[in-house]
Amino acid sequence: MRILLVSLGVAAATAGCQREERQLRVDPPVAAALDSITLMPNGISGAPPEIYFALDRPYETNAYNLSQGKRLYSWFGCKGCHADGQGGAGPAFLDGWWNYGPEIVSIFASIRDGRPHGMPAFRDKMTTEQIWQLAGYVQTIGAYSIKTAAPGRNDEKQTRPAENRGPAAKRFDEGPTPIHLDQGPVP
Amino acid sequence: MRTRATRGVLLALLPSSVLAGCTGWQSAFDAQGASAISIKQLMVLMVVICSVVWALVIAVLIRALWRGREQVERSIGPDPVIERRTARVVVAAVTATVIVLAVFTVVSFFTTRALTLAGHDDLTIKVRGQQWWWGLEYLGPTPDERFETANEIHIPVGRNVRLQLEGIDVIHSLWVPGLAGKQDLIPGRRNELTLRAERPGAYRGQCSEFCGLQHAHMALLVIAEQQETFDQWMRSQRERATDPSDAEIAAGQQVFLSRPCAACHAIRGTSATGTNGPDLTHVGGRRYIAAGLLETTRGSLAAWISDPQTLKPGNNMPMVALSADELRSVSAYLASLK
Ligand code: HEC
Ligand code: HEC
Ligand SMILES: [Cu+2]
Repeated sequence: MRILLVSLGVAAATAGCQREERQLRVDPPVAAALDSITLMPNGISGAPPEIYFALDRPYETNAYNLSQGKRLYSWFGCKGCHADGQGGAGPAFLDGWWNYGPEIVSIFASIRDGRPHGMPAFRDKMTTEQIWQLAGYVQTIGAYSIKTAAPGRNDEKQTRPAENRGPAAKRFDEGPTPIHLDQGPVP
Repeated sequence: MRTRATRGVLLALLPSSVLAGCTGWQSAFDAQGASAISIKQLMVLMVVICSVVWALVIAVLIRALWRGREQVERSIGPDPVIERRTARVVVAAVTATVIVLAVFTVVSFFTTRALTLAGHDDLTIKVRGQQWWWGLEYLGPTPDERFETANEIHIPVGRNVRLQLEGIDVIHSLWVPGLAGKQDLIPGRRNELTLRAERPGAYRGQCSEFCGLQHAHMALLVIAEQQETFDQWMRSQRERATDPSDAEIAAGQQVFLSRPCAACHAIRGTSATGTNGPDLTHVGGRRYIAAGLLETTRGSLAAWISDPQTLKPGNNMPMVALSADELRSVSAYLASLK
């Protein structure tokens, strides 16, 4: 009886030791498959490749990928046009209003192929895996609901609520109206 | 019989294998720099004094264990002679302790003072610690004399070289045991460390503050050389990258510039100006790549580029899909950048 209790206790204590998996290396065939998204003809919304679901949507739910995305966001100069999410030359992400849709494929396509009104394409500057990581992170910035995964905290001063707090988008109730006809419906 | 002999040999080998760490190009006991020499002297002094104290304490303890029981049994009530002797021993021990601690305090104060070497030459190097490599910027007297490199610091022998230390992402710590003590690299703050090598040679250093997955593979090399050799090195580092000398190398340059490589790496004299990864202008002339992971050869460059995540899992260079031909030419190109 006592042995049973002790082993149950040990099992309960070690159950918390499971750690999130970090996928550090994506096999080239997997990376190639991840690149083949299907988009609607207007370039807004669509479906990620099947392998994305087979991998259990790693770029939306995995804290390591989100952290890598956060690093890439400053490494590749997104801050220059989108600031910390508040926007500038490019639109804001913090308000949760997406001109090209909130789905991760739309964001992936915006980064990879660029968008007509001034968003450059990053196809030749980043690998497919990195674009996915970045898309996952950018989606987090404008999310409406809390995710269980969040990137690491900033060392420097925060210019907005940290990603691991409640979604910043909740603070905004009114979004901008798109000025260009091909930017899709108001969400 | 056999086993006892083996055990004897093993026991004899144990201390020697432990002591084997005391020499070599990354050892505080092989001190060749002014700061490291004062640290070593302090260390030796403390170890010697503490060993003597330890031996004395153990000797007194053994003596007490030996005769304690008969003393207690024989005496009825306190014996004034023994009492006086005990008091004298206690006073002597307390005095000795105070003196030893005072000596240690004073000596370590002066050692710490000696570490901040007075008088800098005009050679200043900015060291940026980041996961998991060292970015180096040699600041010259004029802007066109500054240049970038990575993971390999060259310094002239017998001169005080000032390092400005900055952490880019998390806290790192720079430690070149043969030349100086440790100094942290903290984000948002600038620390300084002065390096001075008394003898030419290669001194290995390492990050000594845990900084993530590849902390153990974040080494750097300090190469101390005579003034003329150093000046020559500095002049060649300031140069732009050499132009491709044959068709394969030219093809490699094309691959480098058209692929994501150029977004992260700079090669001066080309359109590659990325700053997220090490400057590769003279990568072929450095002894190691990836912060001490592999010796620089064309083969190791190809191995690294084809699969950085297997060689150094978690590092921040992604695997860029290249064809066999592209890989061959790009590694030829990088190896040619002496
Ligand atoms: C030169 C400035 C510039 C840079 C740099 C830039 N963007 Fe943009 N971005 C824009 C502009 C302008 C738009 C709006 C395009 C449009 O409406 O057609 C935009 C649109 C977007 C969109 C679509 C937003 C929506 O509402 O659907 C995303 C996502 C995006 N950018 C992500 C990024 C990321 C990630 C980076 C960094 C890798 C980045 N951008 C770098 C200017 C920039
Ligand atoms: C996303 C940014 C990024 C891209 C893209 C990238 N690298 Fe790197 N590279 C790095 C980083 C970061 C390091 C340092 C890794 C370490 O030591 O931890 C590095 C290291 C290297 C090194 C070793 C340099 C040294 O002195 O230690 C070489 C060589 C290299 N990269 C070549 C390439 C080539 C060729 C490509 C294109 C196929 C490429 N890199 C693409 C970021 C990148
Ligand atoms: Cu470290």
